[in-house]
Order: sequence, then structure tokens, then C-alpha cells
Amino acid sequence: MSDTAAPTTVAITVNGVAVEAKPGELVIDACERNGVYIPRFCYHSRMRAVGMCRMCLVEIDGGRGPALQPSCMVSVSPDMKVFTESPVTKKAQDGILEFLLINHPLDCPVCDKGGECPLQDQTMAYGPGESRFVEEKRHFEKPIPISDLVYLDRERCILCDRCTRFAKEVAGDPLIHFQGRGNLTEVNTFPDDPFSSYFSGNTVQICPVGALTAKPYRFKARPWDLEEVESTSVVDSVGSRISVQSSRDRVLRFVGVDSDPVNWGWLTDKERFSFEALDHEGRLGGPLMRGNALGKLDAKGDQLVRATWAQALGAAASALTEAGPSRVGVLGGARLTNEAAYAWAKLTKGVLGTDNVDAQLADGLPADVVLGLPRATIDEACTPGGVIVLLGPDPKEELGALYLRLRHAVIEDRATLIELTPRSTGLSKFAAHRLHPRPGEVGELATALVADVAPTRAIAGVEPAAIAAATAALRSGKPVTVILGRTSLAEGTDAIVEAALTLRDGFPGVKFLSALRRGNVHGALDMGLSPGLLPGRTTLAASRAAFVDAWPNVPTATGLDATGILEAAASGRITTLVLLGADPLRDFPDAALAKKALETVEMLIAVDLFVTDSGRLADVVLAAAASSSEVDGSFTNLEGRVTAVRQKVTPPGTARADWMIAAELATRLGGDLGLESVEQIRAELAALSRIHEPLATGAFGDRDGVLITGGSVTVAPRERAVVPKSDAYSYRLIATRSMYDLGTVLQHSSSSAHLAPGTAVLLHPLDFDQLGVEAGARVKVSAAKASLHTIVHPDAGVPRGSAAMLFNQPDADVGGLLDARAAAIDVRVERV
Amino acid sequence: MTMNDVPKIITSRFDQGDAHTLDGYRRTHGYEGLAAALEKTPQQVADEVKAASLLGRGGAGFPAGIKWTLAPANVWPRYLVVNGDESEPGTYKDRMLLERDPHQLIEGVLIACYAVGCGQAFLYIRGEMAHAQERMAAALNEAYAAGFVGKNILGTDFSVDVVLHWGAGAYIVGEETALIESLEGNRGMPRLKPPFFPAAKGLYMQPTIVNNVETLSNLPWIIRNGVDEWNKLGAETSKGTRVFAVSGHVNNPGVFEVEFGVTTFRDIIFDPKFAGGIRGGKALKAFIPGGASAPWFYEEHLDLPLEKVAIDRAGSMLGSGAIVVMDEDTDMVKAALRLVRFFARESCGKCTPCREGTTWMEKIMQRILDGHGRPEDVALLMDTADNISVDFMWPPRMTTICPLGQSATTPIASAVMRFKDEFERYVGGPIELNVTVKGAAFIGPPTRKKEGSGV
Amino acid sequence: MARLSSENLETAYEIIARYPVKKSALIPLLHLAQEQDGWVTDVAMAHIAELVEVTPAEVIGTCTFYEMFKRKPVGKYVVNICTNISCQLLGGEELLHHAEQKLAIKAGATTADGLFTIEDVECIAACTEAPCLQVNYRYFHKITHGEFDSLIDDLKAGTRDEIPAHGTLAKVRQHIPAARRAGAVAPTDRAEPVWLIRNRQEGAS
Repeated sequence: MSDTAAPTTVAITVNGVAVEAKPGELVIDACERNGVYIPRFCYHSRMRAVGMCRMCLVEIDGGRGPALQPSCMVSVSPDMKVFTESPVTKKAQDGILEFLLINHPLDCPVCDKGGECPLQDQTMAYGPGESRFVEEKRHFEKPIPISDLVYLDRERCILCDRCTRFAKEVAGDPLIHFQGRGNLTEVNTFPDDPFSSYFSGNTVQICPVGALTAKPYRFKARPWDLEEVESTSVVDSVGSRISVQSSRDRVLRFVGVDSDPVNWGWLTDKERFSFEALDHEGRLGGPLMRGNALGKLDAKGDQLVRATWAQALGAAASALTEAGPSRVGVLGGARLTNEAAYAWAKLTKGVLGTDNVDAQLADGLPADVVLGLPRATIDEACTPGGVIVLLGPDPKEELGALYLRLRHAVIEDRATLIELTPRSTGLSKFAAHRLHPRPGEVGELATALVADVAPTRAIAGVEPAAIAAATAALRSGKPVTVILGRTSLAEGTDAIVEAALTLRDGFPGVKFLSALRRGNVHGALDMGLSPGLLPGRTTLAASRAAFVDAWPNVPTATGLDATGILEAAASGRITTLVLLGADPLRDFPDAALAKKALETVEMLIAVDLFVTDSGRLADVVLAAAASSSEVDGSFTNLEGRVTAVRQKVTPPGTARADWMIAAELATRLGGDLGLESVEQIRAELAALSRIHEPLATGAFGDRDGVLITGGSVTVAPRERAVVPKSDAYSYRLIATRSMYDLGTVLQHSSSSAHLAPGTAVLLHPLDFDQLGVEAGARVKVSAAKASLHTIVHPDAGVPRGSAAMLFNQPDADVGGLLDARAAAIDVRVERV
Repeated sequence: MTMNDVPKIITSRFDQGDAHTLDGYRRTHGYEGLAAALEKTPQQVADEVKAASLLGRGGAGFPAGIKWTLAPANVWPRYLVVNGDESEPGTYKDRMLLERDPHQLIEGVLIACYAVGCGQAFLYIRGEMAHAQERMAAALNEAYAAGFVGKNILGTDFSVDVVLHWGAGAYIVGEETALIESLEGNRGMPRLKPPFFPAAKGLYMQPTIVNNVETLSNLPWIIRNGVDEWNKLGAETSKGTRVFAVSGHVNNPGVFEVEFGVTTFRDIIFDPKFAGGIRGGKALKAFIPGGASAPWFYEEHLDLPLEKVAIDRAGSMLGSGAIVVMDEDTDMVKAALRLVRFFARESCGKCTPCREGTTWMEKIMQRILDGHGRPEDVALLMDTADNISVDFMWPPRMTTICPLGQSATTPIASAVMRFKDEFERYVGGPIELNVTVKGAAFIGPPTRKKEGSGV
Repeated sequence: MARLSSENLETAYEIIARYPVKKSALIPLLHLAQEQDGWVTDVAMAHIAELVEVTPAEVIGTCTFYEMFKRKPVGKYVVNICTNISCQLLGGEELLHHAEQKLAIKAGATTADGLFTIEDVECIAACTEAPCLQVNYRYFHKITHGEFDSLIDDLKAGTRDEIPAHGTLAKVRQHIPAARRAGAVAPTDRAEPVWLIRNRQEGAS
């Protein structure tokens, strides 16, 4: 290194004007930052430049005279002179535009892209008045579906390589590709092998013409009819930034917005097309109560019929009052905004006085672990050259936008990935160390990883050499981030917590990025929707005194978590259960317990957008507004970053914001939450929780929001979970989620609802061979609690001795095999 | 075929029937250059090749010895890729070298790998050359068995595998970055230089030397006979010999190895020991000096030597050693169309101007040739060409990643500028052009007389 | 049409092993598939995708770039007639028209008996021997119309054994004996070649 610091700016001139560029910056970016826009079609700042559309050709003089060069491929150098308006530049650019138009159809009036099309814009601004091209244009069959969600019109395509680059470089799903050569080049899939990428919708967004269109948006609107607000996606906990675009009070699409610390503009298809659920015909436009076939209210009736808000709230309130705090339970809250979560926390813990509240459904991790470990941002996790430990779910399946960031970190920024998951994940291909411990035993593995002496035998099924290699990577001195979440629903949380604490203590400086998946679950935990917690990342034990003045009726002891609530409900100890956007029949990892609980409780109150499977058993259903675009509020992502969600359309019928429902219930319970607006909620929250002050000041309102740090929760150490030894005939069960399942929002997004892959049991190929059946054969899978029939396939990503299944899929009830209290679950797989 | 009798370096075994066998090759000094090289240090071999100023024979004419020094120091592994994808129209020499003297190339490859420190070599042969692939495979198998290739070559610690690879039909793969893409199993679409100079970021993004078949075939002779002997041959800036294929309307079309930079076009086209003059006693109308991409030359260029600098200065290029001769009866519109069609068919499709422009130009020219052209179509044709090769400079301004697009404009500019009357006959009226044409070979005979000639 | 046969699969593994990166074997394997079936089938492409660990879309992307790969059945004999400049000047186009008449098909088509496909091709590097053509990539130089007719008649009569059916290129394959193999050098093998190190050390001493 030299004595002088590296220069922070590079002086160049653009059209004779001196400007400052950043070292290494591309000319096209340096010019744009300085107010000179160079037209482009193939260049996209989040992908590698290819320099092939040639639209950004400009004359650049790097010291040897001006030469035409693509400004997307040339980095600035000192004293460089750029000419974006010179005759040679204009001549070249005009030529390119004409070339692009000769084969491009003139169907702008019927093209979805019309009105927001870079090619159209360029042509209007600089293009030739009329075409000199009199020959026949190139012809292809008009739009062909290349996946369930995306159509391709090859005649409109200008072969910019954006979609194909995205598929390969960003998503890692090179299922669309250039085919043919020269003038007959086209983008297409392999025959009968569709572009079934979880991220396919991004290609529609980045297509610079109307070649790629999204099935859910085709012909729905013209860009000039759309109004938009910037908001946050609430489908998962990444909190991707979106533009909510609507016309005539109807949301017509979500478009990804480039938030540098979060999603870089990308969305999963599940997020992008979740807008369809907003006006799904099953959307609740008002409350429902039990009634008879004639639509009359009848508490013993076998169906749900329309009711007035007064009737529904009244029935709910009296049931809550009658039950009293100890016999009330509240499940859910991750669907809510931070403000609504605060209102519900105040209602339950401050008015009803119950602590039997859990925003999670025993499918995540205990709240103290999420809030009490040193937390990392996505950017910190993705530090170039850093070490990423995956001790959580498959990000590709559960947290798609995070997956893209992690994939980029490993592939482009040389981060080292260590997997501590029970089976391979979407990231395994890029992982430097793939350690797949037996379910329930990751705690032992972590102990071996931090030990001074390398093990001499396999630990948790992982070979000693693999452990030693991973230990070396962890000790390399590079920053270590653990992606922490629930690795499988068929194993308990104790081993994961033990592993996390072992890593924390073993490698000083290690940070944790939570991988709890569900919507605003981190906001719900921050607001105290978890047993033993109060708003502001603090505990009941530590802060009860501070809340007693503000809240009328604060619980004195820690309540039950989701499993405890359902057990109490099943045994009649809890009589009134509120499902706050929760669907335990689908999501709780013990379907039998959930069913018994819901059937046993005297009063089941569901607050939701739809009648879910669980909601069908409800006595009262309260219709809520959707957080993504029907209410104003804020969202807390897995980093603890708070961003705004904004109302763009009115909720259907009389559906109302969750916080208003809480306030109404409070009134009917004889109290008053004292909450009359979102702003007021924020002010009250900030007064009680110092770390949430930015909510009151509005400082979170920008695109990248504000990171909320701090809090006083600490992690309680756990006893090592005792995992019973398997017998030789059994497999250790791994139950994970896939992107597409029977989740509520997805099942009401009509274009994607059918994408759930279904159930199968996957075995290591050698285990599979021992079964002696064909791939796809039907087998019986039996656990202690239940058994089911499904098909079997070999999968090299499953370790020997384990059996992997997807949770919450059509065809078979994997949830029935699970036991929320078990450290691990053994199953037998038999031919039928 | 007729071969000339002076001097022979790389075609010396063309008339030796068994030169493609190991025995036949070894009988005529085969692998002696390799043995001599292994007696020297890699640096000495590299220095010798550098001193020989062996200009690349693939088309660009960059000195091979200098090319070898461009690999960044201490970045390993390095690869050698042999460009045997000969497909430039008019070019016919590498195929003969592959078929008739395969061991000479293998020996050259080994010498290069030894000098540069390449860990592995790939011999990329054009897909359509089945016989050449057979000869190379047989020669490699023999050479491996005899210990000349592979592990511990000739008992030393020098080890390198030479992998025979073959293409599948794509002219553009002759461009070195496209060749690398193709060798990686991809579509042969060129990479932008910079940043992807093969010497620094080539095959698998590692330093890669890409040399042409003819270039490497010279190495055994140079090492065996020494750089001084080599430098006695040829002109100041163009040393050694070069192989030219003279085709078209000549009495004696053939492949001739001649002293580089000394022989003139007049010699090679008219001398009885070479192509022997225009067929049927006709007059010369034009000739292409260096493959389909080269601007055409005419009568007034005949006395230029076959030498890079002089030809570059005159506005064309020596390229791949392909001289195509057209007599007075040639329909220049038709000839130009055929060349444009070639480039349109071979465009890889990556860059807009080339992908769209070459096909458009072909369509306009076809229309003209079919009798449906209007006078303004010729202006449109030239304007379209101008959008690909702004101002028809030589060397051209690059609106594309590789020069294929610009190459498609050269036959148009050559034909339209020189034979406008033929276009006018096709379109039935006077043509008015409104483009700037700067390339020397397009705009007319050189007005400057030969320096010092006194003529 | 099929996946690669077990014999060809062995050849495929040998080819793949020569390269530092598997995908480099893609074009040779497509040739192998074409040698097996006469053309490149979708099934073979999917098989090759498995072998070199890429998606079928990436295989078809590469396959369709190169004109030698046929994605539909072609004649047993593919007759490539050059019409590029050197051949054009000496009757290449006339030869093509003659061939079209002789076989009663247009360039690009295949005769009804499945024997011949004619292609109008670009320069095949035999420019001094114009007009020239290839049958299954075997050269025929300075072809007259009469010679063309006899060639076709011979092929029909089955008397040209030296020309294998379409798909087979070189009849000799490279084979690197295990004992002589230096080995593929992966781009991650960062070691300096031993002979360079040795020479440098000797130079220094």
C-alpha cells in the first residue's frame, strides 16, 4: 500500500463539463449520476454488463483520441473525456435505434409495455420519423407461455440478454436461453421444460420492451392509468420494497423497488403475484358468525353466515370477558403491521391481561433467541469474503429475496458458505462446506465445530474431516454471520438454540440474521406478541413496572406459547381462542393437536382476510384489511429494519384495519385503548420503547427504512435435548417448506395457487435402493402418531438415514406426523 | 496443385506422402525442434520466438512472441488454445497443415506450452474438417504413445496434455474470444476486449494464449534452425515465409509458401510459378487481398508487397492469406451480395448493428439484384453500412464487439464506390450517395507515388 | 432417438475427463449424439445436460448456435455445396442448381428416400479447388456436373464405403492412455508449472 489514501473521486469531463466520478465506476453510471442519461437497453446495474445492445455507445477519449465505446463496459479513468452528444455518437446511436426497430412490431397500442417502454421512449425522443425498412419483418409465433406465469412474444424481443442473464446470473435458473444464431436468434426454453423459476416475474419487470409479460397483468391496464405508492411486501419477512400500482381502486401489480440494503429490486413470484389475493372472490368483505342454511345467525349452526360488526364484535367481546385472562389464548400476528401488532398487544396484555399470546406457531424459534442474539443486517451477512453459516430453513424456499442476496455474496463476492442444515438446500451447490447433521443433533455438531481438538469420529452423522474443514473456515478471521431459523419442523428448537449459543460463545464477533419466515413476525415480536414479552424488545419480567402506568391490566406471569395454548385449548383449560391471521390446522407442526384444540374451544375467533381451514371452525370471523396495500403502517423485517407500508386501495366491503378491530374490541370489553390513529399508536409506542422512536419521528419513511437496534432481551441457556436413538428400520424425518404450499395468501393468488408441488418422501439413493421399488412408487410413511401414504423418490440431497418431506402440501397431511414437543421424529417407510 | 520451389518452411513436407505419420515426420527432422527447445530454458525459447518477430498468421498479424509476454506474471494456470477454425472465405492453408503435417503443429504447440508455461493445450479444429480431425487424432495418439506428448515429455519434467477439440459450424468462432466461449461449451459469441483480452482473462477467465495453426507450425523450424536463419527470410517488418491461397479466376489456383513481405501481388497472381495470370487471357478487375473482410484491391495495387504495413497503409489487410482474383467479366454486385450474405448468415447475433444490419443489407442487395431496386436503395444500402461502420474508416470504427459487422460493409463499400455504374444498371438510374467514405482502398487509386522509386 | 448408448456413454466420460470444466465437452458430446442418431434429439440433449451438469436450455442454446447440429432428421448423406466467393466465381451456384435438379429438391431439403440432403454452404476451405463440395464433410474438389452425377449414383448404389453415414466425423478418436496422461488442469490449480520453477531455480543457482 502506498502512503497516500486511494483517491475517492476521479475527475472526468462529460461533454466538456468537469464532473467527479467514483473510482471504478462505469461511464454510463458516472454520467447518469451527473445528470447525463445515456440510453441503454441491455445494461442493468444489478447484472454484469455485456455491452451487446450497443445503444450506449459514446465517444470516449482516454488519452488516445475519441473512440466509440459502450459506456456500460468502460470504467472511468483520470482525465477521461466523454462525448455523449457528438456527431459520431449521435450517428451511432441513431443507427442502433433504427436497427432495433426494423424487426420490432408496431403493436404498441396493444402491448402491455406501451407507455413505460424504453424502446418506445427512445424512439419518441430520438427516433426516425418513418421506417426505411420495406422488407418483411421477422416472424415468430405470437406470445407463447414459457411458464405458468410468464408469456414471451419473440417478435418484440430485442435480444438484450437481460432476462437470460437474470435467469442464469441472479436466479441461478438458466431455463431460458438464446437459441439459434444471428438474425434468427430467439429466447426460449428447452422443449417442454418451462421457465419454472421462483423468480421468473423479475424478467418481466426488467424486459426493456414488451416481449415478456406476466399472466396476472396482461391487458389489465395501461401505465398512464396506474397510480402507485411505494410500500413493503408482507409475504415474507425479508420486507422487499415494492411499488403498489392500482387503477380504479384495484391493485393491478406489484413491481420490485431497488432497496440497496434489502432486495435490490428483485421479488419472488410469490410476492409479486400475491396482489391477486387482494381481490380474490373469497376475500372477506365483512364479519361472519355461525348460522344455519337460511343465513340466520345460530350459535350451533353448521355454517358461517354474514353478521354485522356490532353482532360479531359483541359476541367476541362477551366470550373474551366470560373466559377471563387465564382461559384466553391468542395465536398469530405476523400478518399485522407494527402498529396493529402494538394495538393487539395492548388489547391482550394491557386490557385482557393475558400473556397467552404467540405470534409464532411453534414453527419458528423462541422469541428470546431471535431478539437476544447479536443481530446482523443482510449487508453484514453478505460481506464480501465473509463466512455465512446456514443454520435455518432453505432460503430459496422460504425467503426468496434473501436467497438471491446470499447467492450473490457467495458467487460474486466470494463469501464462504457453511451449511448446518439437515439436508441440502437451494444454496448447497455453492456451499464450501456442506455439513448435514442428523435432525435433532446440530447442538453436538456445533460443539465439535468450536472444539480446540478436531473430532476423531463422526458427530451427528458428519465426518470429522468435514468438521475440521468448516472449523478452519470459521476461524479464518473473517466476519461470521449465522442465518438462524428453523431447520426442519420435525425437530425441536433446543438443539438449534444450543448450536446458536455454542457458535456465539465459540467465535467472538459472530452475528445472527434471523430467518423466521412469516411476514411481519419480527414486528410482532418487537411489539410483544409472544409469551413473556412486552413492546420494545423487552420482557415482562424486566419491564412490567414501566407498563403498569400506561396499560390498565398487565399480566404478572409469563403465559403459554403456541404449543401450550393449543394443548390447553385441547384439554379445555383455554376456552376462547383468537386466531390473529393464524391457520394452525395448516401451519402448526402437529395437525392432530391443532384440530383437537380448535374443535374443543368454546369460542373460536378468527381475524383474517379469508376464511382459512382453521377459520371454517370459527364462531366469529372478523374481516381484516390487507397490510400490503390497504392500510398505512410499518413493517419490521428480519434484520429489524422498519419500512413503511402504505394504503393504496380501500379494503373490500367493511373489512377494517387490524388495529381498529383491536380498538373496537377494547371498547366493548369496557376499556379504551386510547388509540385513534396510526400516528398516535407510533407516538405511544415510542414513549414506551425508546428504540422505536424513529417511528414517531417518521424517520423510517424512506425507501431503505430505519434499522431498529437494541433491546434488553437475553437468551436463556437450554438443556441439551435428549434425542432418542433410532432403530435400524427407521428414518429421521426432515419436514421443510417449499415456496409454494397451501398457505393462505398463495392459495388465493389464482395464478400461483396450483404451483404447490405436492407430497413425496425423499430418501438418499442408497436408502431408496434398499426399499426395492421404482421411483414414484407409493409407500406408507408411519410415525408414532400417525401414518400416511405418499410416493417415494431418491434424492442425493438427503443424508443416509433421513427421510425428507414437504410440509403443508396437497395430497398428504405431513403435519399429522409431527409432534411439536419432540426433539426428533422417526418414521418408517414401507412399500405398499 | 502446384507448389513453388522457394523457400519452404512449413509446407516442406506437403509432397511427402507419409509426413502425417510419426515415422515419416521424424525422418525429416520431426520433433528435433522440441528436443532443442527442452535443452533451453523456457525463457530462452520465448526470447527466441520474440526475436523472430513471428507475426500471427490468423488474420490480425500480431507478433506471437509479444502475445506470449502479455500473460500476467505469476497467474496460473495458463492455457494454450490453437485456432484451427479456418473459415474465412478464400482461406485455405490451415486445413492443409492439419491434414498433411499434423505433427509439425503438435511440435509447435509443445514448444509454445514449454516456453509460456501452459498447463494444458486445446487444439480447436473446424467442425467441417473431418479428415483433418482424423489426421490430428491419429498423430496425437502416436505422439502420446511415443512420449512426445502428455506426462514427462521426452523424459523431462515438462508435462502437458494436448486435447483435440472440434467445432460445429460457426465462422465467428474463428474470432479468438468467441473461440474461447465455444471451447467452454457456450455459444460462440465474442467477448468485449477490454476487459476480456485472452492473454489476461481467457479460457475459464485464466491467461490464455490463442495462436493460429500456421503460426505455431513455424516454431519447430525456428527453434531447430535458429532465429538468425529465420530472420534472413522476409522483409524488415514481416519475417519468414507465409502461405497464401490464390483462388478465383486464375490459371493456376493454389497454395503457395512465399518469402514474407518481399513477393508482390503481381508476382503471386501473374508469375507462372505461382497462380500464372488471369484465366483465358482476361483482364484483372479486382482482387481481395486478405479474405472476405478485406477491402478490395485493383490493378493499381498489384505492386504492393505481401507485407502487413504496406497493405494496412493502402487501406486493406493481408488477413488470413487469402487472395481471391476476379476477372473483367465478374458481376461485382453479385460478388458483393454473396459476401454480404456470408456475413449475415454468420453474424452471431450479439450486437444490434451486426445482427440487424447485415441481414438488412443482404435484403436490400438481393432486391437490387432481383431487379426490384430503386436508385435510392443504393444510398440506403450505403447509409445502413455507414451505421455499422461509421464513415467507412480503415481500420473501421467499432460499433460492435468484434469486426464481423464492419466486415460486411467492406464488400459493399468496395463495390459501390468502384463499380457504381454496375449498380446503376441494376437500379436503372443515377445513384447519389450522401455518406462520408474515408477508407483509402474505397476512395480510389493511391495518388502518392512509390517513395524513392522515381517512377 | 435415445439417450447415449452405454458404449457412447463410456466415450462421453472419456471426453469429459479431458476438460478442466465439464461444460467444455458439450460440443464434442453433441457430435457424439449426432453420430449415434444421425441428428441431435431432445432426449440426447437432456442426457448431455445431465452429463455436463447444466440445464437442457443451456445445451439447446449452444446446440442451435452451430449449423452442423441438426435438430431434425436429415439424409444419410448431407451434400454441402459451397457457393461462397471463390466457388461462386468458378460455378458453385451453377453446381448447386444442378444438384437441386439432379436430386429434385431445393437446398435445405431431404430427398423422399431419406438418402440426400442438400445444403448451400459457406466457405469450406478448399478455395483453390473450386467448385467444391462435401458429402458428410468429406471433400470433393473441382467438381463438374458429370462428376457430381456419378458421385450421387455411386452413393445410391452404395459403392462409396469411405463415406460414413451422416453424424460420423473423424473415424479416429483421440485416446489418451492413462499412463501418459498429464491431466486436465483446473482453473483453480494455481500452482506454477514445475518445469518453470525448476528452470528458474537452476538459473538462480
